[in-house]
Amino acid sequence: MKSGKPARSIATWAIALLAAFYGIAFSAQALALEWNLQPAGSKLAAEIHSLHEYVMILCTAIFVGVFGFMFWACYAHRKSKGHKAAHFHENTTVEFLWTVIPMFILVIIAWPVTKTVIAQKDTSNADITVKVTGYQWKWGYDYLKGEGEGISFISTLSTPREQIEGRAPKGEHYLLEVDNEMVVPIGKKVRVLTTAADVIHSWWMPVFGAKQDAIPGFIRDLWFKAEKTGTFRSQCVELCGKEHGFMPIVVKVVSQDEYRKWVGDKMKLIAAAADDPNKQYPLDDLKRRGEQVYAKNCVVCHQATGKGAPPAFPPLDGSKMVVGPKEKQIETLLNGVVKDGTPTAMAAFGKHLNDVELAAVITFTRNNWGNRTGEAVQPADVKALRK
Amino acid sequence: MSAVAGNHAAGIDAAHAGHGHDHHGGYHGAGGVMRWITTTNHKDIGTLYLWFSFIMFMVGGVMALAIRLELFQPGIQFFNPDLFNQFTTMHGLIMVFGAIMPAFVGFANWQIPMMIGAPDMAFARMNNWSFWILPFAASLLMLSFFVPGGAPGVGWTMYGPLTVQMGMGMDLTIFAVHLLGMSSIMGAINILTTILNMRAPGMTLMRMPLFCWTWLITAYLLVATMPVLAGAVTMTLTDRHFGTSFFNAAGGGDPVLYQHIFWFFGHPEVYIIALPAFGVISQVIPAFSRKPLFGYASMVYATTTIAILSFIVWAHHMYTVGMPVAGQLFFLYTTTLIAVPTGVKVFNWVATMWKGSLSFETPMLFAIGFLFLFTLGGFTGLVLSLVPIDIQLHDTYYVVAHFHYVMVAGALFAAFAGVYFWLPKWTGRMYDEKLGQIHFWLTMIFFNVTFFVQHFAGLAGMPRRIPDYPLMFETWNQISSIGAFGFGLSQLLFLYIVLKTIRSGEKAPERPWEGADSIDWTMLPTPAPYHTFETSPVLK
Repeated sequence: MKSGKPARSIATWAIALLAAFYGIAFSAQALALEWNLQPAGSKLAAEIHSLHEYVMILCTAIFVGVFGFMFWACYAHRKSKGHKAAHFHENTTVEFLWTVIPMFILVIIAWPVTKTVIAQKDTSNADITVKVTGYQWKWGYDYLKGEGEGISFISTLSTPREQIEGRAPKGEHYLLEVDNEMVVPIGKKVRVLTTAADVIHSWWMPVFGAKQDAIPGFIRDLWFKAEKTGTFRSQCVELCGKEHGFMPIVVKVVSQDEYRKWVGDKMKLIAAAADDPNKQYPLDDLKRRGEQVYAKNCVVCHQATGKGAPPAFPPLDGSKMVVGPKEKQIETLLNGVVKDGTPTAMAAFGKHLNDVELAAVITFTRNNWGNRTGEAVQPADVKALRK
Repeated sequence: MSAVAGNHAAGIDAAHAGHGHDHHGGYHGAGGVMRWITTTNHKDIGTLYLWFSFIMFMVGGVMALAIRLELFQPGIQFFNPDLFNQFTTMHGLIMVFGAIMPAFVGFANWQIPMMIGAPDMAFARMNNWSFWILPFAASLLMLSFFVPGGAPGVGWTMYGPLTVQMGMGMDLTIFAVHLLGMSSIMGAINILTTILNMRAPGMTLMRMPLFCWTWLITAYLLVATMPVLAGAVTMTLTDRHFGTSFFNAAGGGDPVLYQHIFWFFGHPEVYIIALPAFGVISQVIPAFSRKPLFGYASMVYATTTIAILSFIVWAHHMYTVGMPVAGQLFFLYTTTLIAVPTGVKVFNWVATMWKGSLSFETPMLFAIGFLFLFTLGGFTGLVLSLVPIDIQLHDTYYVVAHFHYVMVAGALFAAFAGVYFWLPKWTGRMYDEKLGQIHFWLTMIFFNVTFFVQHFAGLAGMPRRIPDYPLMFETWNQISSIGAFGFGLSQLLFLYIVLKTIRSGEKAPERPWEGADSIDWTMLPTPAPYHTFETSPVLK
């Protein structure tokens, strides 16, 4: 067996390989390629980055030490140089040392890590709470608590299909742009509740060191406190089906004043889209809306056919009350039916449905199946009878 | 590989005449294909396992290249996202269950009886069956590409409830996993029984070659965890078709329950793959250092410790599901603890080389490559075990890079080391040393070109399992794709080397490796006859 050449080549190659690794790392930096964790945008993320650096330095030192020994053996103890093998094969002292010393090193690592784990899990005392829902394949944001409460929107990829399919040049934020960004104020503790509607997704914002799976049927949470303004981008990180690569997450951190303005604008939009109980609606609009309300609230008992399931659930089709004067029906829906002081299966809907919804569903029942009153009950009629 | 049977007579010389296996050592059964279908010989079955795993390695490799082709550039060029997900899923399943696991069962079949002085495996017929299940399982997996809806696009981890949305390809995959599991359990029981009951007199447990020890422990892991996986996929099956809600919150189930069950299998599975690789390396390094393995007993204890710890670390794959802080800390501490016995193994290997008389033939090159890169993968594993850092890196390309360092530079490099090391024993012929070394260097370089850069992409924030990516990751992906094609093509050279060895390799000397001293080398002729140790060897 000739082995002089391979021995020399192994040392040369090892050096070349190491040089190549570092070459890649340094040229990456020179070319401004992204090759490390994204710059931290919160205290927690900064902590994670310094932990990572700390561990990497420890690992590199051990790695170089151990393989320094190995490559030295490859160089100095090779057969081609005429090295004769020693015959030792046991030493309890070194076995003990290289079991105990690594344990000690692990304790040094685990201590600061534990502190960060505990900090990362502390979602208490949030200023703003936002629920994030994963859908195939978009994100829903609902501001639940704090300034902005009530804001709700869906956030979808806005990169055009032509760019993905190569029919148009790709933009700067290719695959990382959405129609509606999540907006949060700087310096406020934001608690994000995650859940999903279909399969598991995962919400990640690397600049804040925040990642949490969004699990259908369960609510999980994370928190972050942004320390710099700007627009930060990321993607869903749990395989969720065909379009998994196409549901980005974009968070815009703004000053407190800008946030207040954004909330104001959003609230105006919500108000504009809300039901207006003082408006007069045409019969067809009320019927259409009423059909939806019926499907959600009435259909289980009174059935889609309007025939009900007597005796507990009377029919609406041809019912004397439904085709009679509207006031009696409005009162029944508002307050429910109480017989001998006990509420019956006909519950009071006054608290759950607004005037427009009640007017719509009443109009629907009065102009559907065999019922042909031709009469539109307006929200104002309902409002007048509320106690 | 008929050379295995054909050449045995030439390899026996006078020195071995006293062992009593030269008169009836040949093969006398059915000819042609029927020989391979009906064989109960551990060497034939080992050969079948190894060729099967190589074919699967090629099939899974083609899927990997399809993935890298699509990822060469941002944008969707070759495959729609659905097909892309199918490729990532099948690549993972085929490589884990079709390539790596059967490869090491192949080594076990060939080597364990010869290393412990047994005539064959304990259950020879079951051995035949446990192999012949595999081609059917693999066919089911491949068939899933051609049914309505195609193969499942859920990832090899098969997380619910996404699995419920898949077509019947998912059911075929579930049945394939059942079959693969049965095969593994039968193989494991066979290995356990063989090692515990069929050692030659004098071959005490603590005298066994370390390869047998690592397989003994691996077999326990297999028997303990494969049924757990079978349970998980069966629950998936009933959720899909029979109205159960194990993993559906709306019916009172929990999607995360699947992950707990899967990883209770999945983490020991990592060691099912890694431990036999450790075993191969523990045979190769002492042989080419011409020095006994340093700390044999501590190697056995370290392997056992790793196996036991592997049962209590599973949720480190799930730090982002929203565990309580106590859960995160428990799995953080137990996981980092695994670094201790793993470190002991690395230190022992280096100490074995220290002051040896080293030579660097191809098996040793792969063993050193293993040691260097597996340790690197171990360190990234340590980084990932630390919860806050993992929360940044979970489900990114950093994880992809990490487990390919462990699975490819770990298990696959060890398998290559094993093939080059034992090929002379099996075939009686030497491989081409020069080509072997070229194969090593091509594999080594292209492996790192492919996977080292993926650490950077992951750190910078590239999620895994995406068919298209933001522009900032383009350079890393291009480098990685070039490396992947180089890596894939280099493996054709391996095929050529093996075929050349079998057909026209130089005749191997009786002891091709002077430093190899287990009884398969010292007490058996080269090539090993078809039947070996029909009478137990006597070990002093």
